[in-house]
Amino acid sequence: MSSNPKTLFEKVWESHLVAEPPNEPALLYIDLHLVHEVTSPQAFEGLRMTGRKLRRPDRTIATVDHNVPTTANRLIIEDAIAAKQIDTLRKNCADFGVELFDVQSPNQGIVHVIGPELGFTKPGMTIVCGDSHTSTHGAFGALAFGIGTSEVEHVMATQCLPQSKPKTFRIAVEGELPDGVTAKDVALGIIGRIGTDGATGHVIEYAGSAIRSLSMEGRMTLCNMSIEAGARAGMIAPDETTFAYLKGRKFSPQGEHWEKAVAEWRSLASDEGAKFDRELIIPAIELAPYVTWGTSPGMVVAVTDVVPDPAATANDADRRGFERALEYMNLKAGTPIEEVTIERVFIGSCTNSRIEDLRAAAKVVTGYHVHPSVHAMVVPGSQLVKAQAESEGLDAIFREAGFEWREPGCSMCLGMNPDILQPGERCASTSNRNFEGRQGRGGRTHLVSPMMAAAAAVLGHFTDVRTWEFKKEEVLA
Amino acid sequence: MQAFRTLTSGVMPLDRVNVDTDQIIPKQFLKRIERTGYGEFLFFDWRKDPAFELNNPRYKGAEILVAGKNFGCGSSREHAAWALSDYGFRCVIGSTFADIFHSNAGKNGILLVTLPEEQVQTLLDRAAKNDGYRLTVSLEENTITDGQGFSTGFSIDPFRRYCLLEGLDDIGLTLRHTGALDTYEKQHDAAFWVAPRAS
Ligand code: SF4
Repeated sequence: MSSNPKTLFEKVWESHLVAEPPNEPALLYIDLHLVHEVTSPQAFEGLRMTGRKLRRPDRTIATVDHNVPTTANRLIIEDAIAAKQIDTLRKNCADFGVELFDVQSPNQGIVHVIGPELGFTKPGMTIVCGDSHTSTHGAFGALAFGIGTSEVEHVMATQCLPQSKPKTFRIAVEGELPDGVTAKDVALGIIGRIGTDGATGHVIEYAGSAIRSLSMEGRMTLCNMSIEAGARAGMIAPDETTFAYLKGRKFSPQGEHWEKAVAEWRSLASDEGAKFDRELIIPAIELAPYVTWGTSPGMVVAVTDVVPDPAATANDADRRGFERALEYMNLKAGTPIEEVTIERVFIGSCTNSRIEDLRAAAKVVTGYHVHPSVHAMVVPGSQLVKAQAESEGLDAIFREAGFEWREPGCSMCLGMNPDILQPGERCASTSNRNFEGRQGRGGRTHLVSPMMAAAAAVLGHFTDVRTWEFKKEEVLA
Repeated sequence: MQAFRTLTSGVMPLDRVNVDTDQIIPKQFLKRIERTGYGEFLFFDWRKDPAFELNNPRYKGAEILVAGKNFGCGSSREHAAWALSDYGFRCVIGSTFADIFHSNAGKNGILLVTLPEEQVQTLLDRAAKNDGYRLTVSLEENTITDGQGFSTGFSIDPFRRYCLLEGLDDIGLTLRHTGALDTYEKQHDAAFWVAPRAS
C-alpha cells in the first residue's frame, strides 16, 4: 500500500492543475474539448466579440448530431433555424481552425460515440463538452464532464476551467450480473437507489467485479447516466478491456508509443486504501431489468413490479411530484409494468446506440416481427457503428422485423430534429431522460435497455427479457 | 455580467421538485444562435396551463423564484439560465440545485441560494398565500428577510459570491494566470498519452 493512497479521480485532477490560487477554485487544464452545433454558437460569438482566439484548435473537435435529420436525404435540412445553426458551426470551425465531422463524413455521429470510437478519448484525460452526457467518456478513466456555453467559451479562450474540487463517491457492484441485466439496468438500479440528486457535487467511481466484467460499450452506458444521478462525472479505472478497445483506433498512440501509454494509463487505478467521501456496495444479484414509470429517471421499478403508489411516499413535495408524474404518464398505481402497452420504440442515443447495444437488440428481434400497433426505429450512434452493424447484417434483421433503420444522430433522444413523439404516444426508449415532453410534447417515455426495448417492440407491451425465447439465427444466413 | 448585491422583490413560488432544464426551456428554442430573447419561452409548455404560476398576475415582475429540490437538473443547456435571466429572475431559492445549472446561473449573474427544505417550504407557502409578498436577498450580508418575521442567513461559495458581487468576467480572471498556463502547457504537451491525436 502506498503511503499516500489516491483515487483515480485525484490522480487525474492533480495532474491537470495549472494553478491553485488561494480562496479561488483551482484552474484545471482541459485535454480535449468536444463541440457540437447546439451549445457552441454563442461561445464562438463571444470570442469574436472580445477579439479572443481559440487557444488550442488541436485539442478541439466538432461534430453535428443534435439537429441533423436521420433520414436518407439528410443533406437538406428543412427546418431553417436548425439549418442555420449547423451552417454556423461550419463557418465557426472554418474560421477558428477546428476539425469538423460534418454530416457527410464517415466519422460523423453523436459526439459521445465518436470521441471514444475514433480514439480521441483516452484514460487520464480531462474532457469537456457543452453537453451533460460528457460523463460517458469517464468509462475510459478520463475526468469528463458537461459544461454550459459560457464555460465552452472559457475553454476555447484559455484551454482551462476554474473548478471547485468535487467530492468522490465509490459505487461498487459486486458479483455476476444476471442474464438479461445490462449496463443500462445497473445505471437505472443505482439511480433508483440514490435518487436523481443522489450524487450531486460528487464524481462517481464505479468499481467491483460486475463493473470490471462490463465491455467498454457497457461502461460507457453506465458512465453516461452518471449525470442522471446528479454526479459531476462518472469514472472507471482503465484495464485490459480498455486497452483492447483503444488499440489500433484512429487516434490512439501507435508503435513504441502504445506500450508507454498503456504503462501510464495502468497507473491511474485508485490505490489500495484510497479514501472516498462516500461509498456504496450493491450486490449484482439484486439488480433486474428496469423500466421507468415516471418523468424523472429515479422513478424506476423492476419490470416484474407494478406502478408504485404515491401514498407510500413520506415527503409531501415528493408525493405531489409523484402524482403529477402518474398523471402525465397516464398510469395508475398498482398496474403491472408488463401490462403497460407502447406505440413507439426508440433504440438509439449516446446511452445505447453502440454496436453491442444493436447486437443485443437484434438478438432479441431475430425471427420475430414488430407488433402491428408499434412504430419502431433504430438510430445508430455514428456512421462507424452503422457501417459495422450493416457488415454484420444487423440492419437486415431490424428491417425484416419491421424496424426503421436510420442515419446517425441524437434523433428522438431529445427530438430537436423531426423525430418526435406525438402527444400521448408512449415509447420504450433506450435514451437517458424521461422528462415531460423530452421526446416530443405530451410524449410519454419509458427508459429501458436495448434488449427490453426490442422485446417491447415485438409484443407491444413491456416484458421481462430474462424469460425471452431467443430464436435461432437462421435468418442471418 | 451584472453584479448582484441586494435585491428586494416579489416572489414566485414554484412548488415542484426536480424541475429540469427541458421544462425551463424546451429543445425547440435551442436551435437559435443568439444569447438573448429566451425569456418569452421560459417554461414554454407549463405556461400553456392558465393556472401555472407564471400566468398569475400576482407574481408579475417577481425577480425571485422559490422552487423545490434539485432545480435545474438534466441538460447542460445554458439557455435555461438565459431564459430565467431574460424573463427577469435574478435569484432562485431552493434546497438543492444541479451542479451544471449552478455554474451556468452564476455566469449569468443569477444568485442561487440554498436553504434547508423546511425554510424553502415556508417561503413557498408565504409567497403563495400573501398577496404582494416580498423578500430581500442581500448577498452583501448573506441574509434573506421578508419583514414578516422570516429571517435567515445563508452560505455560499466565497469565490462565487465575490464574482457575483463584482460582476466579474471569468475569462478575464483566468487570464491573470497566463504565465502559469504557458508553463504548464509546455510541459503537459509532452504527455502524448493524453493528447487527443496520437503523435
Ligand atoms: S443522444 Fe441525447 S443525451 Fe446524448 S448527446 Fe444527443 S441529445 Fe444529448
